[in-house]
Amino acid sequence: MCKDCGCGLPGENPVGVSAHHHIGAHEHGDEHAHEHEHEHGPGHHHGHDHSQLHTHPHSHAHSHEEPDQEHAPAAGEETHRTIEVRRAILDKNDRLAERNRGFFRARGLLVLNFLSSPGSGKTTFIRESVRGLGPDFKTGVIVGDLATDNDAQRLRESGAPVVQITTGTVCHLEAEMVSRALKRLDLTGLNLLIIENVGNLVCPASYDLGEDLRVVLLSVAEGEDKPLKYPPMFQSANVVVISKMDLAQACDYNRETALANIRRVAPKARIFETSAKTGQGLDEWRSFLLQEQQARKALDPLSIY
Amino acid sequence: MHELSIMQSALSLALDQALEAGASRVHMIRLRIGALSGVVPDALEFAFEALAPGTPAEGAELAIEHVPARFWCATCAREFQSDDMFAECPDCHSLSGELRAGREMELASLEID
Repeated sequence: MCKDCGCGLPGENPVGVSAHHHIGAHEHGDEHAHEHEHEHGPGHHHGHDHSQLHTHPHSHAHSHEEPDQEHAPAAGEETHRTIEVRRAILDKNDRLAERNRGFFRARGLLVLNFLSSPGSGKTTFIRESVRGLGPDFKTGVIVGDLATDNDAQRLRESGAPVVQITTGTVCHLEAEMVSRALKRLDLTGLNLLIIENVGNLVCPASYDLGEDLRVVLLSVAEGEDKPLKYPPMFQSANVVVISKMDLAQACDYNRETALANIRRVAPKARIFETSAKTGQGLDEWRSFLLQEQQARKALDPLSIY
Repeated sequence: MHELSIMQSALSLALDQALEAGASRVHMIRLRIGALSGVVPDALEFAFEALAPGTPAEGAELAIEHVPARFWCATCAREFQSDDMFAECPDCHSLSGELRAGREMELASLEID
């Protein structure tokens, strides 16, 4: 409780809103004695008496030797006002993501944000994709995990520079984490940036990182109905990669059902059926990346590459 | 469980706006949360109860408006609401790639004094 007026607000306010400017409701002069709690007598009007609408947890421990006119407005009078805000809750992340996007465009980088459940095969798919990309692409990778740099080490086997973001307890990457990681990645000559998000099919869907394409992986072992169970993630996908096709038979994978379910949630997404182990679908995927890269280069007058 | 960080962002935004408006207390925070936002309203409420104490929004009411998913059907030339979040038009059953509403995560308004 506030030591100055007993109003239930802390003395130190974390956001800097002064707890002691109750907009005319109870401004205290210096001469007030703050010694005892008391019942308000008849005729004493207090701005905090509108308790039908809400309850304040505070009591008022001050004496009232001053005339009552300081305590306007009268009891029961509604002092609340409504302000329209209409702003995205993740406004700050969205703005940082746009800043990242501008930075990426100016450098001629095609940026992919890879998302999936843990264990869908993101790391292996990225490593194998990068290995076969050829001279058209110079790739850098940013990888996010709660702990360890195991994935970063596996990704380095592709020959690409890799930066690990260890999020601790955070279940997703945010635009700001990516912009900090960029400072640790030598971008000279790079034209493809792959961001491997934290393995999680829910939370990362809400956070724009500034990517060009959102790539959602679904392995054949996860069940054909996964897109129906996690619509927010799949709905946001530009590309859906079906991974581990080499396990299709062992998993009784039903191709038609899986494709129909993906299309039901993400009708516009490009779908690639792949296996990082056998190489199935990887050439088609790499050709797609090349097309995307060239399309952006042709369209973007800011590109310096 | 990213609702805690989403709620933290919503609360910071609300308190900044309240401060800008010269308010000392926040009595109600109204949010608009889309069906496809990936955020669970119950979890937001839980997070709010954990985060609000000690701020000018302590004791404030959190009102969450649910925004259903709406898609545009090009075949029927009309918008349709999708309660199951799938992009299939209920009339012609074609699939729509154009989401019109449902990803909202918005601080709509505040009641302050």
